[in-house]
Amino acid sequence: MQNHYSLWKNISIILVFLISIIYSLPNLYGDDPSVQVSHIVNKLTQAQASDIESTIKNTGTPLKTFQFKDGRVLARLTNTDDQMKIADLLRDKMGNNYTVALNLAPTTPSWLQAIGAQAMYLGLDLRGGVHFLLEVDIDAAVKQAEERYNDDLRLALREAKIHYQNVSKDNGFIKVILKDTNDKAELLALLGKDFRGLTVTEPEAAEQVWLKISEADSREIKKSAVAQNMTTLRNRVNELGVAEPVIQQQGVNRIMVQLPGVQDTSRAKEILGTTATLEYRLVDTEHDVQQAVSGHPPIGSRLYYEKNGNPILLDKRIIITGDQIVDSASSSDDDGRPSVSISLNGIGASKMGKLTQVSIGKPMAVVFIEYKNETRIVNGEKVRHKEKVEKVISVATIQGVFSKRFQTTGLDSPQEARNLSLLLRAGALAAPVDIVEERTVGPSLGQDNIDKGMMSFLVGFALVVFFMAAYYKVFGLIANAALAFNVVIVVAILSMLQATLTLPGIAGIILTVGMSVDANVLIFERIKEEINNGNTPQSSIFSGYDKAFATILDSHFTNLVVAVVLFAFGTGSVKGFAVTLIIGILSSMFTAITGTRMIINWIYGNKLVEKLSI
Amino acid sequence: MKTTTINFIGNRHIALIFSGLLSLASIISLATQGLHMGIDFTGGTLIEVGYQQPADLNALRLKLDTEGFEDATVQNFGTAKDVLIRLKLQDGVSSADLSTKVLDTINKDVAQPASLRRVEFVGPQVGDDLAEDGFLALLYSSLAILVYIAWRFEWKFSLGAIIATFHDVIVTLGLFSILGLEFDLTVLAAVLALIGYSLNDTIVVYDRIRENFRALRDISTEEIMNISVNVTLSRTIMTSLTVLLVLVSLFFLGGQTIHNFSLVLLFGVFFGTYSSIFIASPAALMLGISPADLMIPVKDNSDIAHLP
Repeated sequence: MQNHYSLWKNISIILVFLISIIYSLPNLYGDDPSVQVSHIVNKLTQAQASDIESTIKNTGTPLKTFQFKDGRVLARLTNTDDQMKIADLLRDKMGNNYTVALNLAPTTPSWLQAIGAQAMYLGLDLRGGVHFLLEVDIDAAVKQAEERYNDDLRLALREAKIHYQNVSKDNGFIKVILKDTNDKAELLALLGKDFRGLTVTEPEAAEQVWLKISEADSREIKKSAVAQNMTTLRNRVNELGVAEPVIQQQGVNRIMVQLPGVQDTSRAKEILGTTATLEYRLVDTEHDVQQAVSGHPPIGSRLYYEKNGNPILLDKRIIITGDQIVDSASSSDDDGRPSVSISLNGIGASKMGKLTQVSIGKPMAVVFIEYKNETRIVNGEKVRHKEKVEKVISVATIQGVFSKRFQTTGLDSPQEARNLSLLLRAGALAAPVDIVEERTVGPSLGQDNIDKGMMSFLVGFALVVFFMAAYYKVFGLIANAALAFNVVIVVAILSMLQATLTLPGIAGIILTVGMSVDANVLIFERIKEEINNGNTPQSSIFSGYDKAFATILDSHFTNLVVAVVLFAFGTGSVKGFAVTLIIGILSSMFTAITGTRMIINWIYGNKLVEKLSI
Repeated sequence: MKTTTINFIGNRHIALIFSGLLSLASIISLATQGLHMGIDFTGGTLIEVGYQQPADLNALRLKLDTEGFEDATVQNFGTAKDVLIRLKLQDGVSSADLSTKVLDTINKDVAQPASLRRVEFVGPQVGDDLAEDGFLALLYSSLAILVYIAWRFEWKFSLGAIIATFHDVIVTLGLFSILGLEFDLTVLAAVLALIGYSLNDTIVVYDRIRENFRALRDISTEEIMNISVNVTLSRTIMTSLTVLLVLVSLFFLGGQTIHNFSLVLLFGVFFGTYSSIFIASPAALMLGISPADLMIPVKDNSDIAHLP
């Protein structure tokens, strides 16, 4: 029997088609402008949810649905003006510990949601929003670690009663000069026990030991600096109230942050880019500040300035840095003064405990450190310039021994306490970051891009369909059916993968429309040739498909290779283009070969055919 | 359509001279004038704003000039109401804050402020990386294809396909250089897509040559190539037409951001079609391809016959 597909083959093709239709359906439903409310840590209670619901209803704003699920509230509204109004209202009402985010909630019916069918994920160029690429200064993280090692080492030497003449950083080394060469064995034992991250070099001078952060340790420091920055950025983004943020590591030291729907880029930059970190240091009360101001700071101390401009001397040794803070909250102390309560991690707690034991009644300072990055062009060369701004934001007296949890008082206002706690809670960045790429798309342009993409798709599709039908007649119509089938499959796969659809991605789909008829053109031309060679219509169909197959395979495969390379090296919207191209090439081979063959078999198979409409 | 009998291969010199001159002009333009690289590769800031009414570009330029943005270029983008402002990496200004400052500047003391449509800032280090990635993508895709075709066909075909494809890329880039059009990331993506398309076209012709090498005996290589190009001609033109149709739609309706992207592909599909008809086969021919290269090897002992 020629030109006949078995039942199972027909059924599986139709099944693929039906599944594709179902999974591409969600794209036909729109979105509701909505407001989402959640608590930063906890879940909302039913009582709070009801309270929010009545707040919205009291304003008289039409509310489509109100949903309370998984401790979060989702209020669907009818338009974006209402959305903004309600979001502002709820932000004021809920306060700092709640996240009120604008969202576009899909209106996909629940039966589709139940089988996991979702609309395509739109890229920022289609939905509007901000894309940042942040570069983490990992070398600064290593330098910070070096400083920490330097301080820890002095402390350890003093505790172990190993007398040293000097411990100092020099050219990437920490150089220890002992008072007595006989202590060297003890020192080496200590290093082997507590400082495994350091590689030991013994120079010719017998009383010296040079230490360097080992390759492995340095890698680890860099890795954890990036990881920690990701966590911090995630926390800060949550504070911003963005519905579906994307935070991803890119390469060794870059972090991509995408904030859909965010328009206020300067605020976003401010919050994300605050490359600030905190340090706690003891205040040096023994030396004269004025002498330091005039240019003679005492050894072991450094001159800082308070917010009001007053000079202050601080101990060079850092007690703890901001990355050792695990939680913080604004509160007030027993006398009602604004304060920030802080929780430290284990290492930080033990350091703080040891220090406060011996320092009750002494003042301790919180130093706020900010790195400002600038790219300047000097003599045609691009030079990155980094400025470190340090200021003392609060000085408070140590009231008693504490370690893991304590309060910092001495803040000017409850507002300041709230800001500080927010910054601490979100976590300080482990290493400074620099915005190296920014792409912002306004909401009007996003919608424009969708409309224009849709329009050129429809027109392009119509032109191809018309052309194919006019040239290949019935066979052309069959190819058109396969073409439509192909588009449905591409959309369904993009939706299932939740791959990002970008404007170049839409262009990729449009290009696929033009290119995917290629397989059919190859087959049809081959069939025509066979007929011209005097073969019967049935055998012409058979050998046309048969002979064109190898050609289609080879030509499409080379095309696919290029698309895969494009995917591997492309970034952002270009990747979106490559994805649609890859899916389009693969699915067009299926629809153009198998799909059209099925229909042609239905029409012409198993019967006497005199002439083909081709 | 009846199968044509045009003597493409016999008249190959005409096409080769034409392509040679075209490539030469392109290379000269690329060498002297270069490509007008977009900020994706050079680094810099690009701000697109929209007005309710047609914008007064001179007033905008003056305003930016007096506020210290002397090197800002201001031009319309698509329509008279849309304005594109480009800034180079600036001396002494924190680059990330630049867009905010520019927007503040142009919206100072105006009744109808511009609405921000798009901001793109690319730092110098990212620009270098993107350029490097783009170059690597070109290199690796060429290598992958070279190997694939050499495996599926034969190395002379492989080289011939690469020559035809490079011809398309060089001429398309040359046109971009001569016309001074901006070359950015999406354009690079289009160039890679064009490589895929051009190869696809060439492979179809080669595939037929391979088939005919094996099927038709006692005919010269030249003649076989001519037959193959002629029988695939209607397909080559049909596919190019459908692709050109969607590209024309994309060019006219897809908006300004996708303009250069569709233009590269329009040029590229045109030249890709031309080269797969006129260049690819002569290139393989001149590399010395013959039916013997593609004969399915017959198992015999001839390879050891000459051994003592």
